[in-house]
Parts: sequence; structure tokens; C-alpha cells
Amino acid sequence: MANDHGDGGTHSAHNSGHGARLDEATGVHTVGHEWDGIEELDNPLPRWWLILFYICILFAIGYVIAYPAIPGRHSASAGMLGWSSRGSLAAEMKDADAGRAAMRAAIAATSIEDLAKDPKLQRAAIEGGRAAFKQNCVQCHGAGAAGGKGFPNLNDDDWLWGGDIGAIYQTLQHGIRYPGDDATRSSQMPAFGRDGILTPAQVQDVVSFVRVISKQDPASAASQRGSAIFAQNCAVCHGANGEGGRAVGAPRLSDAIWLYGGDRATLTETVTNARYGVMPAWGQRLDPVTVKMLATYVHSLGGGEATPGAAAPAAPTAAK
Amino acid sequence: MEMVVLRAGAFFAALVLAVVACALSVDWAFGVHMAICALAAGIGLIATLRGTNVDAISRGILRSPDQGKYDDEIIRWGVIATVFWGMAGFLAGLYIALELSFPALNLGFEYINFGRLRPLHTSAVIFAFGGNALIATSFYVVQRTCRARLAFPGLARFVFWGYQLFIVLAATGYLMGVTQGKEYAEPEWYVDLWLTIVWVSYLAVFVGTILKRSEPHIYVANWFYLSFILTVAMLHLVNNAAIPVSFFGSRSIPLAGGVQSALIQWWYGHNAVGFFLTAGFLGMMYYFVPKQAERPVYSYRLSIIHFWALIFLYIWAGPHHLHYTALPDWAQTLGMVFSIMLWMPSWGGMINGLMTLNGAWDKLRTDPIMRMFVMSLAFYGMSTFEGPMMSIKTVNSLSHYTDWTIGHVHSGALGWNGMVTFGSLYYLTPRLWNRPRLYSLRMVGWHFWLATLGIVFYAASMWVAGVTQGLMWREYGPDGYLVNSFAETVAAVHPMYVLRAFGGLLYLSGATIMTYNITRTILGHALRDETPLGETPFNPAKDVPLKPASAL
Repeated sequence: MANDHGDGGTHSAHNSGHGARLDEATGVHTVGHEWDGIEELDNPLPRWWLILFYICILFAIGYVIAYPAIPGRHSASAGMLGWSSRGSLAAEMKDADAGRAAMRAAIAATSIEDLAKDPKLQRAAIEGGRAAFKQNCVQCHGAGAAGGKGFPNLNDDDWLWGGDIGAIYQTLQHGIRYPGDDATRSSQMPAFGRDGILTPAQVQDVVSFVRVISKQDPASAASQRGSAIFAQNCAVCHGANGEGGRAVGAPRLSDAIWLYGGDRATLTETVTNARYGVMPAWGQRLDPVTVKMLATYVHSLGGGEATPGAAAPAAPTAAK
Repeated sequence: MEMVVLRAGAFFAALVLAVVACALSVDWAFGVHMAICALAAGIGLIATLRGTNVDAISRGILRSPDQGKYDDEIIRWGVIATVFWGMAGFLAGLYIALELSFPALNLGFEYINFGRLRPLHTSAVIFAFGGNALIATSFYVVQRTCRARLAFPGLARFVFWGYQLFIVLAATGYLMGVTQGKEYAEPEWYVDLWLTIVWVSYLAVFVGTILKRSEPHIYVANWFYLSFILTVAMLHLVNNAAIPVSFFGSRSIPLAGGVQSALIQWWYGHNAVGFFLTAGFLGMMYYFVPKQAERPVYSYRLSIIHFWALIFLYIWAGPHHLHYTALPDWAQTLGMVFSIMLWMPSWGGMINGLMTLNGAWDKLRTDPIMRMFVMSLAFYGMSTFEGPMMSIKTVNSLSHYTDWTIGHVHSGALGWNGMVTFGSLYYLTPRLWNRPRLYSLRMVGWHFWLATLGIVFYAASMWVAGVTQGLMWREYGPDGYLVNSFAETVAAVHPMYVLRAFGGLLYLSGATIMTYNITRTILGHALRDETPLGETPFNPAKDVPLKPASAL
């Protein structure tokens, strides 16, 4: 820094800081104060600034008259427009409900199996179910319903407890292994390793067998031994060839779809300690129409099955 | 001698109290905090007993010239602390921006998860970086504009070091999970009590210096600084009123509950912005901008009107943080209209700053520090327009809870607070250490462009992210149902989150260059060989109090 300069370039006549002087660069007088070389010009308030300030104040006054604003002892001024946030929400909800009332009444009056007979109603139910799914189901089943470890993929045709619309509705309404719902779907795989039903070596053998029937490994001596163990302990639920059992929610073991994982470590963990997946009983949380819509939506995702014993499926949704 | 005994006794008592509290602590975080306090008291005790001449040592460490005519020792420490905490805060900010983009960076480790690092970042940049900048510059400015040395020099040192202890307690507390869950007021009751003591001491030093001034009038910068100190004291006391669960534990119950607590919190939270980040930094602006521009302040009348309008209106604007909540409608209305009326008073500061360059606009071509101040004022003007706009309920129904708010905050914090602080640090460093000039003015130019680009990336990406979120959250299909799940809106803004982190990286890079530049200036290294740029002259002989130095 060049020390031969003064504190300020324009600082000439009034070093004492008293008395106004003309600032040559702008042609405006200073106020006459000075602090550490800083002076102040005597400019008026910018006119546009002042006008905008007044406009903001006028707007504020108008708004305060129009909307609730002045607190009193027990309540506040209501405002000339009579607007309130609760009132506005209630009106919007009422409008939305009114727009859906006819459709909801029709869904309520139709049995879940018959919904597909009315394509218009079915489409409305799918849309409603899609919205409800995004709010309630995506946390476990994923935004695209593709599931995750422990949470089934709902897009495929591999169903644990049944994939016709009645079965899906039943699962949704009462949940799976959900405490507090007597009709909940329930089953419990034994913890074969932990409870000492099988020795660790036997667990490994049966895992080998499962990996053979799922076409992941070629047959081996271990899988031969495991075959017998499987027949004695597992076939009662999972079927003789691991084709699964929907009555007890026992997964099919002979395909490539896994709920928890088909690698050796995960299978060992599953056989040793068992699994106990839980889904809430949505009938306790959502209204009946929403549960019906959810069932219709899930059924439409790609793997929905026809109702057993019913005539040829009318809906396009049952097509794979 | 009596003074030494008194001080040593005070430090000893504090040490004993801290050790006892540590031994009796009912949770480990409180124990750690009391151990930190005991350590601080122990250092103070040893320094006192050994008769350490702290100022002489600091002159050695800081390589500062012999004691000047003004009491600048603590201001030099303040400059260093501002740079240090700034780097810490920016780094934490970059890390949490990356955590939001790539959650795996939480590393499954509770001490560095987003929930704990986020208050660490906000407190580090607002209170550690901004607070140290405010304390240091206010002590610098109040002495120069009053032409008087600091009142209560011992207390001024206590303010600085006590404030650093507050920062350390707050920061370590966040990492250990100690929080009262109030945004920008997370530290628990005992840290709040400590800050109260420090802050009242700050007020005493500042007011004391104004009272012993040699100038007939009080300069506008000091009005702003004083309103900041006073209001923050009031806000802090009211919002942190709480009853400790145990006097030896780190939990407390706030006095107010429910919607009252929410309203008090946002009365506090908004005025932390209004008085800490606006009024205090306007004080900084009102000194450093005219000094760097070497021009008179544009309008004395505007400074009076916008000062009183600003501090009168700001204090009522807090409820706009609680639009469409359980807060009664009348309070929301008042929060909104006061925010709108605040627009012009806020802009008064920008006008007075920018128009001060009348007659010196050519400096923008040659003076990178001036550029920093002007960009800072431009961002100040932009965010003080954006704020009132976002307080309008219709706009707020789109912007609330989205990243638009984050973008708004950062255009103010990075643009206005950051840039004006950088400019002030660049102004102060050569003057405080009596160097001919900064190590490099070209590097100030690099810092300017990196910071500006960083803010553009940050603000633009957050605007896009915010509006995207707002529109997706409220998107209805033809059947009247919401179209998007929350997870889909998170996926949609992911690219914006990555861009935001990139903007943060640019800003941090600029600050790193500043750290290097300031460090070399302080160390007194030979100036960088570069094409000269515009400088503001400085005459140390005139940088003196009017009255000879006296002990108050």
C-alpha cells in the first residue's frame, strides 16, 4: 500500500470532520460528519425506493383487512374475505370427496371379484390404488412394487399366499403374521438349525439340495443326502420338489425368485434361524374402498391370476 | 498482584467446579463437556500463575507488529479464527451435501451421519465463521469510528476466548448427539448459559467503547452492530429458556411447548437471520465498503430510515416460517405482511452500499476486493427480494419444505455473508499485520470467480430442485389422486444434489486459496510476483485514537 496517500482521495477541505463540503465526483454535499475518513453524502431517499416502500405498506394494510390478522382476547379478526386455512382445506377436501363419491359408492357396492366386470370402475380402482400404494406400500415394496430383500416383488407371477384378486384382497385386509388380527395369514417355519432339529452338517446338505432343485448347482453327494432330509422336514410345506405351498405361504424353491436370497450363505441363515416376515393388516388402517382399490391395483401389476372357478377372465389385467 | 490472585482464583474455582460436575455427570456427553471446560480453565489458570504475557506471546505467534495505537491483538486472533472456522464449516457443508447425494457416506457411523453433521455445518458457518467475523470486525470498526481504544481490554479477550469455548462445546455436543432440537439453537442449557455470559460481556465491551468515544456522533456501522448484539442477546435468552433435567446432565425441557414453542423458535430463527446475518453484516458493510471505495456513504438519510425500518419490521417476520401449520391464521398473516414491508428497508442497505461507489465504479475493473463487496451486495439484494416473495403464502405453498429454501439461504449466506466477510478479511489482514499489501491480489480475483461460480451452481441447482419437488408433491392425476410418491421426488432431484455439491466444492476451493493467501500475508512472506492491481492506500500514522491510549 502506498503510504504517501491520505486516508481518502476526495478528502481535502474538512479534515476536522465538521461542516459540509461539496463532493466533486457527484456534485452532492456531505452531511459534515466524518469517522476514520468516512463521510456521508446528503442524498435524499431514492424516490422509487420510497414509493415501493409505501406500496408495500399499503398492500400490508389491505391484506390485514382482507385476511385474519388482528388478535383479540379470544379470537382474531376474521378478515373481510372470510378466509381461513382450515376452512379452505375443508372446502378443497369436500370438493375432492364429492368428485369421487359416486365412484367410491359403486366400488363399495361391488364385490372384489366382480370389480373387473366393469372396466370403467376397475380403471378408477386401479388409479386410486396406485395413489394409495405410493402413500402406504412403497416404503417396503418399493416405488415400482419390485420389492426388496424380505419384501416380495408384486410385478411377477410368483405369489406366496395366492395371486387371484380375492387372495390379494384377503392378504391386504388382514395382513401377514400380523398380531391383533385373528384372520391374518399365519405360518411359522421352524428354525431347523437354532432349535437343533438338524445338525449344521444336515443344514448344509439340505441347502445343497435346495440349490440343486433351483438349478443353481449340479447334483452332488451332499445334495443326495439333503434330498432325504428335505423330504422328511421341508416337503410338507414346500412340496416334494420345492414347488411351494400357498396355503401356508411357503415359497416356491424351484425357481429363480428369492424372497431373502438363494446364495448358500443366505439359505443357510434361512434354514438355521427361519424367517418371519410381517405385513400389517391394512383393513385396520385404511377404509374398505381403499383396500379394494389397492387389491385391484396390485392385481393389475402384471402377475394377477384369474379367480379359480370363475369364467374366462374378462380383465386385461390377468394377461401375463 | 491482587488482580493476578483474583484471576487465578476464578480460574481455579472454575476448574474445581468443572471437575466436580464431570465426576457427577449423569450422561457421558455432559462428562466430556465438563472435561473440556476443566481443560480450558486449567490452561487459563496456568497462564495466569506463570504471569504469562499473553499479548506478547500472541505477537510472537501471530508475527504481528508491536502494539499499535488501537487494541488489535484480539482482532488478529479473530481474523485467524474466522478463516479457520470458515474452512471447517465449508468442509462440513460439502460433506453433508455429498451425504445427501450419496447416503452411503454416512458410513453407518452415528457421529458423522447427516443429522449430526448438519447442525455442525450450520453452526460452524453462522456462529463460528460469521460470529468470529462479526466480533473481530465490530471491535475493529468501533475503535476506528469512535477514535478510542476498546473499553475493558481484559473482558474483550474473555469474549473472544469464551466464544471459542462455546463453539467447541456446541460442535462436540452435536457429534455426541447433544441437542435441544431447535434449529440454530441446538446447544443445551449449560452451553446456552455460558454463551449468555460471553454475550453480555461482548455488549459491555462494545457499549463501553462507544461511551468513551472521541467522536461527537455514533457512526451508522455501530448502530447496526449494537442492534445485532442487543437483539441476539434477547433472542437467545427467550428461545433457550429451559429447565435442566439434571444439573449434571445434558438434557433439558423447554419452558414453552407446542405451537408456542414453534413460534418462539421461528421468532428466534428468523431474527438470527435478521440480526446476526443481516444487521451485523450491514455494520461490516457500512465500514469496509466506503473504506475500500474511498468514497462517502451514499445517503445519510437513507441509512437512518432503513436502519430503523429494518430493525422495527424484521422482528415480526418470523411466523412466515410456519405458514400452513397449526399456527393461527392471524399470526401467519402478520408474519407475511411484515416480511413484505421489509423488502425496501432491506434494499436500503444495498442501495447505500452500491451507490457509495458513485465516482469510483472504475475500481471494479482494477480492485478484486471491491468486486467482492459489490457481488456481496448484489446477492444481498437478490436474497432480500427472494425472502419477502417466498413469505407470500401462495408462493410459500409451493416453496415450503423444498430445497428452494436451502437455495435461498445459501444465496444469502454464501453470496452476502461470505463475500462481505472475505472482502473484510482481505482488507483487514495487511493492515492488522502491517504488511505492504496482501501476498497476492490476483489470488483474490481467483477466489472471487470460484466463489461466484460456486454460488451460481448452488443456487441454480437448488431452485430447480425446489420447484421440482414442490410441483411433484402437489401433482394430481385426472382422477384426483397424487401422482408421485416421496421416493420418486427424491430420485428426481438427485442430479441437482450432485450439482449442488459441485458448487460447494468450487466455493470451498476459493476459500482454500484465501486461506493460503492470508496465511502467507500474515507470515510476512515476500509478495507474490504478479501484475499489480488496484489497491486502497493506507496510512498507519493516521490509524490512531484521538486521545492517547489509556486504561479506559
